Amino acid sequence: MIAIIDYEMGNCRSIVNMLYRLGINSIITRDHEKIKSADKIILPGVGSFDAAMANLKKHNLINILNQEVMEKKCPILGICLGMQILTEKSQEGKLRGLGWISGEAKKFKANQDIKVPHMGWNYVEVNKNSKLSNGLSHDSKFYFVHSYYVNVKNNEESSMKTNYSLEFDSAIEKDNIFGVQFHPEKSHKYGMQLLKNFSDV
Amino acid sequence: MLRSRIIPILLLRDKSLVKTVKFNKFSYIGDPCNTVRIFNELEVDEISILDIDATLHNRDPKYDLIGDIASEAFMPLSYGGGINSLDKAKKIFDLGVEKVILNSAAINNPELISKIVGIYGSQAVVVSIDVKLSYLRNKYSIFSHSGKRRTKLDLLSWVQRCESLGAGEILLNSIDRDGTWEGYDLDLFNIIQKQINIPLIGCGGAKDIDNVAKLIKETRCSGAGVGSMVVFQKKDKGVLINFPNPKIIDKKLHLK
Repeated sequence: MIAIIDYEMGNCRSIVNMLYRLGINSIITRDHEKIKSADKIILPGVGSFDAAMANLKKHNLINILNQEVMEKKCPILGICLGMQILTEKSQEGKLRGLGWISGEAKKFKANQDIKVPHMGWNYVEVNKNSKLSNGLSHDSKFYFVHSYYVNVKNNEESSMKTNYSLEFDSAIEKDNIFGVQFHPEKSHKYGMQLLKNFSDV
Repeated sequence: MLRSRIIPILLLRDKSLVKTVKFNKFSYIGDPCNTVRIFNELEVDEISILDIDATLHNRDPKYDLIGDIASEAFMPLSYGGGINSLDKAKKIFDLGVEKVILNSAAINNPELISKIVGIYGSQAVVVSIDVKLSYLRNKYSIFSHSGKRRTKLDLLSWVQRCESLGAGEILLNSIDRDGTWEGYDLDLFNIIQKQINIPLIGCGGAKDIDNVAKLIKETRCSGAGVGSMVVFQKKDKGVLINFPNPKIIDKKLHLK
C-alpha cells in the first residue's frame, strides 16, 4: 500500500489512476496511522513552496514524515513541488523545506525563447544508475510543468538531469528518498515504468 | 530541449465525440473514453476535450463522463465547456483534469480567469478564442458560444487582457479553417504570437505533419491543435484515430 499524502496541494486523483492501472494499491490520506502502516509514501504537490510547507505543518505532518522517512527509512517519492520541498529552501518562499537533500529551488529566467513555466514534454538524462531509472530507454520523455528548478549540492544525489535554458536536476535520490520534477502520472508509458520502479524499490 | 506539443482537440456533443467543419456539419467520431484510450497508446502529448454544447444549452459540464475520461488519460488533459464559475472549475480539477479551458465565460466575466488562477495557478488555466476573418474589413472577429455569437472584442487587446489576468496559455482557433484540411492560418498565429509571452496553441485546418511543422517553425507557436487529421484517415474518408509516429515528429519538428 502506498500512502499519497493529502495536504491540500493539488489533486492526486491521476496518481491513484495510474497506480491502479499498474495494479498497485494506494490511498490518499493524512491520517497518521495509515501513513505509518504504508510500505511507501508519495508526496505530491502543485502550488507554491511556502504554501506546501505551511500546509504540512497545519496538518501536523512534518514530524510523522521525519519519523517514517528519516528513522524508519520508508521509501518516499516527491513529485513536482513535492520534490522541491525535499530540499532546504526555494527562491519562491521564506520557509525552510524538509531539508532531507541538500540543495535549493531557483526560478527560471524567462525570455522570448524560454517561456516560464517550463511546460511540456522534455527528455531526461540519467546521471547515475538508480532503481528509478530501471528499464527507461535513452529517449524517455516526461511531462513537466514548473517555474522553479532544483539544483542539488552533491552531484551524486542527482539521478536525472534535464536541459531547459540551463541544466537542472529532474530527479534526485538519496538512500530511501526519491524526487522527480516531472509528472510521472501524466507521462504515459515512461511514467508508468518509473512509478512501477518506485513501487519495486 | 522542450518539445513542441501536438494536441488533439476532441469535441464532445451529447455523449459522443464529433468533428466539425467550420463549427458546423457534425460527423460522429466515437466514444470519448475509447478514443482517449487509443490516443494513450499512441503516446499523444496532451489532449483537450471541449463540450461544444454545454454553454449553448446553458448546462453544467458532464462531470461523470469527464471523470471517466480522466481516469483513462495518462497524459495531460484539459477540459472546456460550461465552466462559468470557480466552483465548477474546482469540480473539474477534482476529477483529475490538469487544466480548465475558458471561452464564453471568460468573455462574459474576465475576472473568472484571475479567480481560478489565484487558486490553481496560471498553468491550470487556458483561454480559448474562436475567430473568423471578416474579409471586408480584413480583420479577425471573436465569436463566443461555439462560434454562434459575434462579439465586439478586439483580438489583440483580448489576448493581452487574458495574459494580464493570469491565463497560462491561449488556444486560438480559426473557425474559417476548422475541419477544412487547408492548412493553418499562419498569418493569424504570427501576429498573435508576437504579442504575448505565454504559450500560444494554434488550431484550425491542420492537414498533415508537415503542416504542423510549418506552424511550429514559422510562427513559433508552443503547440499545435489538431482535429480532423488525427480522427480521419484522410479528407472525406472514414474515422481512424491516428497520431504521427514519435520518430517522425522528432524528424519534422525537433531536428536534433
